[in-house]
Amino acid sequence: SSKFHNLQDMQHTASLVTKVFIQRDYSEGTVCRFQTKFPAELDNRIERALLEQTVKTLNSYYVEAEKVGGQSYLEGCLACATAYIVFLCMETRYEKVLKKISGYIQEQNEKIYAPRGLLLTDPIERGMRVLEISVFEDRGSSGSSPSSSMSSCSTAR
Amino acid sequence: MSAVMITRKVRKWEKLPGKNTFCCDGRVMMARQKGIFYLTLFLIIGTCSLFFVFECPYLAVHLSPAIPVFAVLLFLFVIAMLLRTSFSDPGVLPRALPEEANFIEMEIEAANGNVPSGQRPPPRIRNVQINNQIVKLKYCYTCKIFRPPRASHCSICDNCVDRFDHHCPWVGNCVGKRNYRYFYLFTLTLSLLTIYIFAFNIVHVVMRSVDHGFLNTLKETPGTVLEVLVCFFTLWSMVGLTGFHTYLISLNQTTNEDIKGSWSGKNRGQNPYSHKNIIKNCCEVLCGPTYPSVLDRRGLMQEDSPAAANSEGPCSFDNPVAQTTKTTAPLIPNEHTPDDVKPSIAAEKSSGPKDDQPPAAMLPPLASPETDAETSIAKNQ
Repeated sequence: SSKFHNLQDMQHTASLVTKVFIQRDYSEGTVCRFQTKFPAELDNRIERALLEQTVKTLNSYYVEAEKVGGQSYLEGCLACATAYIVFLCMETRYEKVLKKISGYIQEQNEKIYAPRGLLLTDPIERGMRVLEISVFEDRGSSGSSPSSSMSSCSTAR
Repeated sequence: MSAVMITRKVRKWEKLPGKNTFCCDGRVMMARQKGIFYLTLFLIIGTCSLFFVFECPYLAVHLSPAIPVFAVLLFLFVIAMLLRTSFSDPGVLPRALPEEANFIEMEIEAANGNVPSGQRPPPRIRNVQINNQIVKLKYCYTCKIFRPPRASHCSICDNCVDRFDHHCPWVGNCVGKRNYRYFYLFTLTLSLLTIYIFAFNIVHVVMRSVDHGFLNTLKETPGTVLEVLVCFFTLWSMVGLTGFHTYLISLNQTTNEDIKGSWSGKNRGQNPYSHKNIIKNCCEVLCGPTYPSVLDRRGLMQEDSPAAANSEGPCSFDNPVAQTTKTTAPLIPNEHTPDDVKPSIAAEKSSGPKDDQPPAAMLPPLASPETDAETSIAKNQ
């Protein structure tokens, strides 16, 4: 995917260390929402506020996509009247928002995450179950991060 | 790394696990057994054809031409809803990739602590609080995920489906989040169509009998008897089913939850997904947003046919999706973990790759998580 190419352009010597998964937050029901709890493995990789902001913005996008209101009723009734054939040629509101999300994630990767050796994967590619963050490490560096991420993994539990 | 590798582009649906069949290059997704679906199609098309051939000419002339016109529209709508229900992705949740599965395993083991040998580990359950109600999320051993609320694993299709309602052999597919409204509209409009044809059959027979006599009428339009028989039996089941699903929608419950009694009996009135308002519930289910499929059946991916064993190095990193597909047969994901990730995962947890084996072998028969009442086939893990 294009995200990988961006990262590879910027960090030719990067190698994948681990992946961190931000889980879904079901406290408000089945609506799509990710936990804003900061994963301990990323403690020394990125500022908490930045990641929180990213997750909160993503959550707001999903709220917009899944909103049950005037526009979704209109879309639903219109589609029903045409036996849903209109969906074959029209893009639904959810799909439009998903495109916005994918653009947002790409922008965040380029501006914030790739420079810190991280990569966000669009949740739609993981079945909307998790927000996957790949952690990369430069092969040429002293390699202190993998061990510190290991210890932070074990102490976090 | 192997020097000889044959790569070809395949569509992702070709490598999806689960027991679905795909048609039209991934555009159509159905269950494996489609026999009863063909029967449904045959009954609907056959009965309507008989109606158009035998009754409609008479009724159009003697009553109104609007009758066959409306019948055609209703028939087309029914077929459209049936095909939409049958051919669309019900809301299948893709299986966890190896890294995600490992991550979850590690969390589970950390939460369980040290289990003395000889004792069975506790069942894998996660509690979440939704609207002041504790909901238990079960772990799916096949898909290696904690099922989201209201999701369930269908053993016939071998997939976890979001907002799983039931597996319907008549439409040859599961009914879940994405196609429930089409299923409901199908049952509703089919009931209407059945009532319509039944009623106008009676009208036609009565009107014709007045002129020609009852027995002559039956001789002139032999299809009538067949139609009345089919409609009579279909009517009761379809109207009943539509009524049942209307009831479920007004309470925002799924058939699965209803059968299991999740929100009835002593739990009555505690459904955390219900808005406690019939209209709001109906609107959410029928007029809610149309969820896109998360399966990406028609995406392209590289398939490497390696000439040597150690071939999953550089190519697999470019196409992480390729890893998903190779984990279909073995339950242990680490066999196909890319070489880049293996050292790091092994480093994080010294016995990581091997731990998958004992849990998978020990837990399934004891925890038996997939005891979903709606499936008639016993699942063996």
